[in-house]
Amino acid sequence: MSKENIIELADLTTGYGQHVVTSHINAVLRPGQLISLLGPNGVGKSTLLRTLGAFQPPLGGQIRVGGKPVEEMTSAQLSRIIGVVLTERPDIQNMTVRDMVSMGRSPYTGFWGRLTTDDEALVDEAMQQTGVAPLAARMINTLSDGERQKVMIAKALAQHTPVILLDEPTAFLDFPSKVEMMRLLGRLAHQMQKIIFLSTHDVEMALQLSDSLWLMTKEGITTGPPAQLAQDGTVARFIQCEGVEFDAATLTLRVG
Amino acid sequence: MNKKIQILVLLGLLVALLGVANILWGSVSIPLRDVLNILAGNGSPEHPSWEYIIRESRIPQVVTAAFCGAALSTSGLLLQTLFRNPLAGPNILGIDSGANLGVALVMLLLGGSMTLGSVSLSGYLLIILAALAGACAIMALLMLLANYLRSPIMLLITGVIISYVTSSIISMLNFRATEEGVHNYIIWGMGNFSAVTAERIPLYTALISLGLLGALLLIKPLDALLLGDSYAQNLGISIRHTRNRLLLSTGLLTAVTTAFCGPISFLGLAVPHIARLLLRTSCHRILMPGTMLMGAALTLLCNLLCTLPRSGSIIPINVITPLIGAPVILYVILRRKDAKY
Repeated sequence: MSKENIIELADLTTGYGQHVVTSHINAVLRPGQLISLLGPNGVGKSTLLRTLGAFQPPLGGQIRVGGKPVEEMTSAQLSRIIGVVLTERPDIQNMTVRDMVSMGRSPYTGFWGRLTTDDEALVDEAMQQTGVAPLAARMINTLSDGERQKVMIAKALAQHTPVILLDEPTAFLDFPSKVEMMRLLGRLAHQMQKIIFLSTHDVEMALQLSDSLWLMTKEGITTGPPAQLAQDGTVARFIQCEGVEFDAATLTLRVG
Repeated sequence: MNKKIQILVLLGLLVALLGVANILWGSVSIPLRDVLNILAGNGSPEHPSWEYIIRESRIPQVVTAAFCGAALSTSGLLLQTLFRNPLAGPNILGIDSGANLGVALVMLLLGGSMTLGSVSLSGYLLIILAALAGACAIMALLMLLANYLRSPIMLLITGVIISYVTSSIISMLNFRATEEGVHNYIIWGMGNFSAVTAERIPLYTALISLGLLGALLLIKPLDALLLGDSYAQNLGISIRHTRNRLLLSTGLLTAVTTAFCGPISFLGLAVPHIARLLLRTSCHRILMPGTMLMGAALTLLCNLLCTLPRSGSIIPINVITPLIGAPVILYVILRRKDAKY
């Protein structure tokens, strides 16, 4: 794989103002992988995602995309590298699914934001890949949470970025939708050679469906493939909760 | 898309139609033939006053009302998108209360000492300048705060507080002013499209066109802003830059209309909703021209209704606008009871 689309976190420290949340993170994100960020509430998952998404500056260290530090990039350049799906749900009247997915083309459109036929084709493609094409004419405020989430992923796909960050995309979804969502994201990562990085609380699903895990605790972040982290006991230590047993062979949890 | 453009064209025709209607009808009854003669430049030998009414009163009034409606509605649309709040309007930021305060200072503190008969040209100019100064002062304050108050809710609260403070100062001025001063101020407060005379039209239209142009240039970032600040930023939009330009545009539109026509209530809040209902889109490329045209049409309609009774006198515009605006807003609130604000 070319170095072009690799994201490196070099001695990264995240936080707000004077307040350090996580320090000295060293890790690499590789294309073609679905990467899940797991960790208890308040440990700093959202802060890390916000820092990666360039919504807030790092307190120390660097994020490099293809060897180039993010702080040297303009917001226009960044908008073509990183797409996001956030927890906030846009509640907009009179906006169709197609309009929403089209917003993903904004970094490429001209001054008035008009779509070319190429843009339209990419919007169609993004809607097909996420299975929301049949909803194209629906108003987004009439969608279910799962449908809306897929539309936002389609928006990120239309943005044509090598990286997509998702903040808890499976929260508030019913179980089948959670599975569908994770499988969809995995497929997109593998087929399109994208870096798909998401935070989640669904430990089991992350263990079974991700290519790589980032386990975040107060002490720091441990990264690696799920099978490896399961074998060396990291996952068991990470879960470490009374009444829950972790089976490293099957990557499942047992309560009892 | 094509259907929406057809609706825009129809709205344009409606504006033209209502404009003509406003020239034909007024508090003074002038026969259609004479109106056409005067418009054709032939004049009206028997009734020189009719020519004056058409040329110096009705035509400037049509232009004033149309531009005022477009300006206030656009400024309402900008604010509703900025705050993602359907109840935002041009007076929510307290810009028009700034203009109000400027006018009150002149009318109640300075103008109050003048005799009623001496409301001369210089008096009018003074009022307009004071309103502009007041509105611009609030605008500057908001621009200063915009960088600190990142949360739209904080901005809304700030607007409300500004309104409270200005209205308290105005009440104090009212208390100390003479009867005539208070009377003049109340008349201005009722809103009036006849204040812009023919020779002031170029300045008035130029200033408003500038504000409308500023709004049109924001079409693309406005669409992105609908998704929320974070999504917009991720799409490469500079939030601070957009917000400042938006404030400048809204401020200019609100200040100029308030200075020239008085505070016109409800239009800025209601028209964007009517345009949305009609066009069924949130895309500003369609919605903004639609809002401008709808604003012009509705204001011309209100102006027409003001003069319809033909009693020789004219009803203040602010008596009519809430009658049209309030039901629309009520409808919006009731229809969206499940949506969060």
